Amino acid sequence: MDDSYNIFICGVGGQGIIKTSVIIGEAAMNEGYNVSMSEIHGMSQRGGIVSTELKIGDYKSSVIESHCANLILGFEPIEIVRSLNKANNDTKLIFNIRPIVPSNINSQTNDYPNIEKLIAILKDNYEYTFPIDANKIAEDVGSIVTLNMVLLGSAIANNDFILSKKSIIESMKSNLRSTFHEMNLNAIEMGYEAVKNIG
Amino acid sequence: MELKKLISGNNENLFLLGNEAAVRGAIEAGISVASTYPGTPSSEIGDLFSVLAKDSNIYFEFSVNEKVAMEVVAAAAASGLRSFTFMKHVGLNVASDSFMSVAYTGVKGGMVVLTADDPSMFSSQNEQDNRNYARIANVPVLEPSNPQEIKDMVIYGFELSEMFKLPVIVRTTTRVSHMRGIVEIGEININNTHSNTNNNINNTNTDNINNKEISSNVDSNVYWTKGRFEKNPKQFIPVPENALVMHKELVFKINKIEEIANRHEFNKIFKFNENNSYGNFGVITSGSAFNYVYDVVVKDNLGLDIFKLGFSYPFPRKAFLEFIKDKSAIFVAEEVDPIIEKDVLAIIAEFNLNVVVFGKLNNVFPLIYEFNPDIVRNSLNKVFAGIKSIGVNFTDSNSTSDLVNKCSSGIDFNLLKNLIAKFNNESYDSFNPTGSYEDTWNYNKELNDLIESLPLRPPTFCAGCGHRATYFAVKRAVEELDIAEKDVIYASDIGCYTLGINPPYETADYSLSMGASIGDGCGFSKATNQKVLSFIGDSTFFHSGVSPLINAVHNKSNFVVTILDNRITAMTGGQPNPGVPVDGVGDDAPEIPIVDIAIAIGAKFVRIINPINMKKTVETYKEAIEFDGVSVIIAKYPCVFVKSQKKKYSMEIDYNKCTDCFDCVNLLACPAISIISNKSVIDSSACRGCTTCVQMCKSKAIKVKRSS
Repeated sequence: MDDSYNIFICGVGGQGIIKTSVIIGEAAMNEGYNVSMSEIHGMSQRGGIVSTELKIGDYKSSVIESHCANLILGFEPIEIVRSLNKANNDTKLIFNIRPIVPSNINSQTNDYPNIEKLIAILKDNYEYTFPIDANKIAEDVGSIVTLNMVLLGSAIANNDFILSKKSIIESMKSNLRSTFHEMNLNAIEMGYEAVKNIG
Repeated sequence: MELKKLISGNNENLFLLGNEAAVRGAIEAGISVASTYPGTPSSEIGDLFSVLAKDSNIYFEFSVNEKVAMEVVAAAAASGLRSFTFMKHVGLNVASDSFMSVAYTGVKGGMVVLTADDPSMFSSQNEQDNRNYARIANVPVLEPSNPQEIKDMVIYGFELSEMFKLPVIVRTTTRVSHMRGIVEIGEININNTHSNTNNNINNTNTDNINNKEISSNVDSNVYWTKGRFEKNPKQFIPVPENALVMHKELVFKINKIEEIANRHEFNKIFKFNENNSYGNFGVITSGSAFNYVYDVVVKDNLGLDIFKLGFSYPFPRKAFLEFIKDKSAIFVAEEVDPIIEKDVLAIIAEFNLNVVVFGKLNNVFPLIYEFNPDIVRNSLNKVFAGIKSIGVNFTDSNSTSDLVNKCSSGIDFNLLKNLIAKFNNESYDSFNPTGSYEDTWNYNKELNDLIESLPLRPPTFCAGCGHRATYFAVKRAVEELDIAEKDVIYASDIGCYTLGINPPYETADYSLSMGASIGDGCGFSKATNQKVLSFIGDSTFFHSGVSPLINAVHNKSNFVVTILDNRITAMTGGQPNPGVPVDGVGDDAPEIPIVDIAIAIGAKFVRIINPINMKKTVETYKEAIEFDGVSVIIAKYPCVFVKSQKKKYSMEIDYNKCTDCFDCVNLLACPAISIISNKSVIDSSACRGCTTCVQMCKSKAIKVKRSS
């Protein structure tokens, strides 16, 4: 299973995580890989956690073993911390730094952690930590709805990503409405550049 | 992928969700009728039929509940049509009464029942294993492991059903229904009638159906193929005289089907002991568990043969005996109940074989929750470590594959038996039924502290949800009546409103099943002197709340029934229900007014309120709680996901008036309001303009923004 790649994607309901994952999965299929994907989104519309797991390569199951993800793409900063049981020292952690604070935070014992500190701890522990302000990039592109395409662009910018940028873009085009292709293409490019600049 | 590909594509590969593959399978099989009541993890199947049924010449409906859905397809199948119903696992409980009978009466056209189980309860009240239903009803079970198999097994299910004139269960789990994978799609079968298919075990159903003519004569709006019901009381009326015969035939059929299961390709052996060195350990498995077993066996190079059960009931005993003939020990890996394991143990006992079984019953595999690769690896290693511990000496190597190799080449049967005794003797305290493993990764302290201190992210009511406003008003009414919270019982039901369990609402004290809030209310109001308030959604009320409301009124109960009418079946993603003027395929349909039902039942206190009007809502609840008898409140306010919902107002906070009491944050838990730099802040992009916060703010600091 050397020629394989595991991607864990996490965030909050409504951020476009499933669509992003399907785009990657179809791109993998079109490149001739076997691919399986797991999505958990039972109560996602109600502000819950959404996560997907993509296994590209000769697998039967769609669940990534602990500490075996090649890439974790986080749409929200505490959700990437929650997914670290999938990470090892070589895992690429690419994540949006904009918090979505749980709405019942005041009923909870734990406060939302300090973002700067969170990023610093991740950087200390994981060599390939790429925090980006995806919300800002999406707004610069023209709309916050392109957030997921910004993060998709960031994901494919890491140098060991298994699929080509070209097939990702083709897959995006067959999954999203053509009126938004230009904007989404822009978002992918901007997300791509953001990580290239850090990395 | 475009959805239309599900009906237009032919002979190509698509990246499909398990539920999409189920739809494609049914369409390829040429079904004429489909029905469901929505329920996760099967909901997407209905959503897809909702859009695609008409173009595929399929009659589709969201039935009022799963029992009706079962009856709709049973009748269609009795009329010679291929028909398909699908539901979440607990839905089959509701449908089971009719399901048990249709196993007796049988079918003419093929009938497939897909049950989507939910191990680990991602969105369910239990994780019951519906393979048990196959044993109760005596119907065959197919267990897919991935989307391709869902498609293939749905199609084969119809063939098998027609061959034996029996309904067939396809049992998925969340992990399979919500798995995406590459599916090779075939051609669509455009012939929608199947009562003349070959392989009939009897020849009673050879009637010729002239469906086109009938359908065009009856109704020009009919786009599906019609069948024809031929009277045959001996087949279709299970009165005792007939049922005695039917049960005999059913048992006969199941024995015949076992012969097919024994040689069916869905039951497949994966050989990993090519050089016969690891030969006498094996694994028998099904569903998702197979995927994990396969990946672990390959990755860890274990050399264990795998027997994958896809056609799992009736249990293929001959094929299994063939599999274990050279085995001294087998693992049984299955989610959730030890069902295969018990079949396996029975066969081993019957033939008095020296084969040791490692499964759930001797604590090797967890008894609850879904599996994953780590759990499967843990369970396998537990046995390998155990073998080591009872004195089998492997001094030359520690690798697991070598261990297995050694075992195979000379393990003593009695030693393995001792090992089982050891697992069985594990004290209850040390026994971990979840199989969860310690994350032994070496996190440094700072990182570990961060991971441990993360706030939770429970699902919550959306910004602008009417349930929040209702619950807030209820709590206030209780407070204003000076009733202690401990003297109030909130009986809840199955839907978004169950989220009232969480702080700050805490309006769910008891919940059993669909419609149960009203039945529970009857019980609590008789059994206690506490004030009882039941909450049920509109769709759930239609599903199974009407009968208990009749019970409540007739038996002179005394409690408040709130029907949270948000004009949609919200929890499952927004399907229509009989309370709205649209049917399952988007056509106009008669709307059934809940208020008329309540009045017709004879409730003397019936009010429709708009929960967003806080003052009126609080007053109505005070009146209802004091009312002696059954009071019905219909809290009518559309879900924010109902189409055409427009944002009504924008809010702003006047910080000159704001006293930083944070009641708006602490009492509403609205996703649009948060505390930033010690101030309440409204996120205008998240706010839906419901005005609940405006009305509850004691210092009148939150206001509707004047449009500029």
